[in-house]
Amino acid sequence: MNQVASGLVTSQWNIATLGLLAASDGAINWHTLFFFIFALTACGFALAVLVSSHVVRMAFFLIVSLSAASGVMFTSGAHFVGTMQLLIYVGGTVVLLIFGVMLTAQEAFITLKTKAGDWVLGILVGGTLLALLVQVAFLDPTWHSTDYQQRLAAQHEAVTEELRQELLAGRDRSELSPETLQKLADLESEIASGFPENVGRIGLALVGVRADTTDESVGLAGYLLPFEIVSVHLVVVLVGAAYLARAKRRRTDLIE
Amino acid sequence: MAENISTWLPPGWEPLAYLVAAVLQAILIIHIFALGAVVFIWAERKVSGRIQDRLGPTRTGGAFGWLQSLADGVKLLSKEDLMPKDADPLLFRIAPYLAFAASFAAFLVLPFSNGWVALHLNVAIFFLVAVLGLEVFGVILAGYSSGSKWSLFGAMRQAAQVVSYEVPLGICIVIPVIIAGSMDMVTIGNQQRGLFTNWLVFHDPFTMMVFWVYATCAVASVNRAPFDLAEAESELVAGFLTEYSGIRWSLFFMAEYGSMFLVSAVGSVLFLGGWNGPIPIFSLLIDNVPWLADSWMFVWLANFFGLLNVLLKASLGVIAMMWVRWTFPRMRVDQVITTCLKYCVPLAAFCFLGVVFWVSTGLPFLNDLAPAAPRSTVREGWMVEREERVERTLSRLEAEIAAAETQPATVDDEPAAAEEANEAEPVEPTDETVKAGMDDADRAAAVASLAGGEQ
Amino acid sequence: MGFLSEPVGLSHYLAVGAFMFVMGAVCMATKRNTLGILMGVELILNGANINFLAFASPYFREDNLGLDGHMLALFVIVLAAAEAAVALAIALNFYNNHATIDVDRASELRG
Repeated sequence: MNQVASGLVTSQWNIATLGLLAASDGAINWHTLFFFIFALTACGFALAVLVSSHVVRMAFFLIVSLSAASGVMFTSGAHFVGTMQLLIYVGGTVVLLIFGVMLTAQEAFITLKTKAGDWVLGILVGGTLLALLVQVAFLDPTWHSTDYQQRLAAQHEAVTEELRQELLAGRDRSELSPETLQKLADLESEIASGFPENVGRIGLALVGVRADTTDESVGLAGYLLPFEIVSVHLVVVLVGAAYLARAKRRRTDLIE
Repeated sequence: MAENISTWLPPGWEPLAYLVAAVLQAILIIHIFALGAVVFIWAERKVSGRIQDRLGPTRTGGAFGWLQSLADGVKLLSKEDLMPKDADPLLFRIAPYLAFAASFAAFLVLPFSNGWVALHLNVAIFFLVAVLGLEVFGVILAGYSSGSKWSLFGAMRQAAQVVSYEVPLGICIVIPVIIAGSMDMVTIGNQQRGLFTNWLVFHDPFTMMVFWVYATCAVASVNRAPFDLAEAESELVAGFLTEYSGIRWSLFFMAEYGSMFLVSAVGSVLFLGGWNGPIPIFSLLIDNVPWLADSWMFVWLANFFGLLNVLLKASLGVIAMMWVRWTFPRMRVDQVITTCLKYCVPLAAFCFLGVVFWVSTGLPFLNDLAPAAPRSTVREGWMVEREERVERTLSRLEAEIAAAETQPATVDDEPAAAEEANEAEPVEPTDETVKAGMDDADRAAAVASLAGGEQ
Repeated sequence: MGFLSEPVGLSHYLAVGAFMFVMGAVCMATKRNTLGILMGVELILNGANINFLAFASPYFREDNLGLDGHMLALFVIVLAAAEAAVALAIALNFYNNHATIDVDRASELRG
């Protein structure tokens, strides 16, 4: 009986806290929450890749770390690149890596221990580098936080206020100024789904049309040339890798 | 969905709405996943039985052996969970969950009907292919960590096969994306509205051809016979599954059946009209009877029948896979790779060029027999959502203004008065003109840049 | 749990990128297995990508990199795939010829 009662109390407490979190000023910022989930997973498993000496486990940790990194990319509003990361990096490159691991995972090479001296030196240099980089990252106080959400809300409020004034002036919907409506539409889509139009723009930029900028100096070239170079590069790599890795017939094989 | 729920909650409780929506959707998808596996395992026994001229299960749970998979499940759960001595304990334990999670996560972006999708992503089909490709990790790690030669061989074969088949599969999936001009699966499905001749498989001869390439690659990528080299029982005992038993084994099994269902559903959405039935009863009614289109209940009903359509088409795809499995002999490993690199990839690439040619020249084909709305008028999900949100904001503003005007009235009457005032305004015609104006702007933007540059 | 109500800024993303970068660099320096070194390279490239996307994100700065950041990240991903393919081919070749995957034993490759 007591247990049931305490269970009820705790469940009520949970719901109440949830409500408090929602109602009070310190409401959970969902973006922050998901950023920390993905970031801590990515960093934790990156550390595990470093610490582990078992090569297959390293590969597994790398998968988790890179997938979480794609989550971090999603939280920065880059849906296309995040998905690309999942498809090519995690689904392609790491499969290739694991393939290599399994082809070479002989008894002696699964756990190659690092020498203690290497560890000390690596941690010393790495720790210094990390301290330096993190310090630089937090150098600019305007980078510590962002007022993006408030800014967006304020803009939305301003535009709705403008529309309210127009409506109060006796116009009906068809007479509202199209610019304000367009502004409202842009804000609504940004609030609801981030930047979905970026996908089409990336595609256009790859074939040399920049739809995202009116800057004349960018010109029409966009990323056509790099795209072509990368395409040729990939073909060369494909042929080269196949040539390098193909099974060489040794003389001894022929004799046998 | 979260917005709808939050309208029922007191203000300030919106996070709860998101939580409830997330949990509800997760539960729904898990049920489709688990129930699908149960039903398909039963169906597999019956189909294989009939193909081999026997009855299959007949006793468990009545005349047709309905409860056979449930009995199987209970048996599996009660089995001892073994782990070989040479196994890598961490990876051995975690591998089934990895396969299961990848297969499950791909369901996130799969639309079951017009707008009935857990995560309406603008890059849905791309995301789906990416996540589905992660399932192979579970298999590879399982194969490696079992510490058995059979498992390792199975895993190596699986890795080679999946990496190879992702290439033609990707090309096949790009083809409907080219025709639709969008990676949003809801948009691709909606563009095939109308009579069955509007399905993308009837877009031109090349899509008819590439559909079969897709079917082949889909069977291969979910590792089913005749491409099930990774678990070829006559050579490798059971491949990567050799050392698994009990619940972990059943997790792999559920992942396999989930992926089978998933690739069939993707094929049905991309090529076979998705939630649009062969004869468009509901969409005809919605287009021609205005009061039906206005009732949310009818729209919901139409969506529900759309859901049944998707489930039916996907199930037919799964049953076709079973048919193939019990009809064809298993291929050799070199034949599998040959099929991919020498036949599927060139064929898919050829069809790709053909479709680009067909789209750019605008030649007529079966799609033009009974054309529904032109493709370019079906906008992407985010544009539709944007319009809905603008609509909602404007209605809110109007309601507030109307309420302010009737403020002197008694407090009790206020909502009713507001509603009356709202109805009294000539909302209908103005509404549509605004919509039409928005439409033109959006269409121009869409033509200019497919998805971008709406300024 | 007060930090959960604060919106994260550019610095947090940069810190994640820096951490992955350093992990990758130390991984490259200390691992003896060729494939472990490759994994370090992947981590480094990922850290760089997170930085690019953070600077490209309109959430944090008004004058962001915009689409250019996304394109750079895409090219990094594509080139990483190419790099992994070639490096793997080299590693397999090394393994075939020397029957080891330990880079410390690769000193025979000196001319």
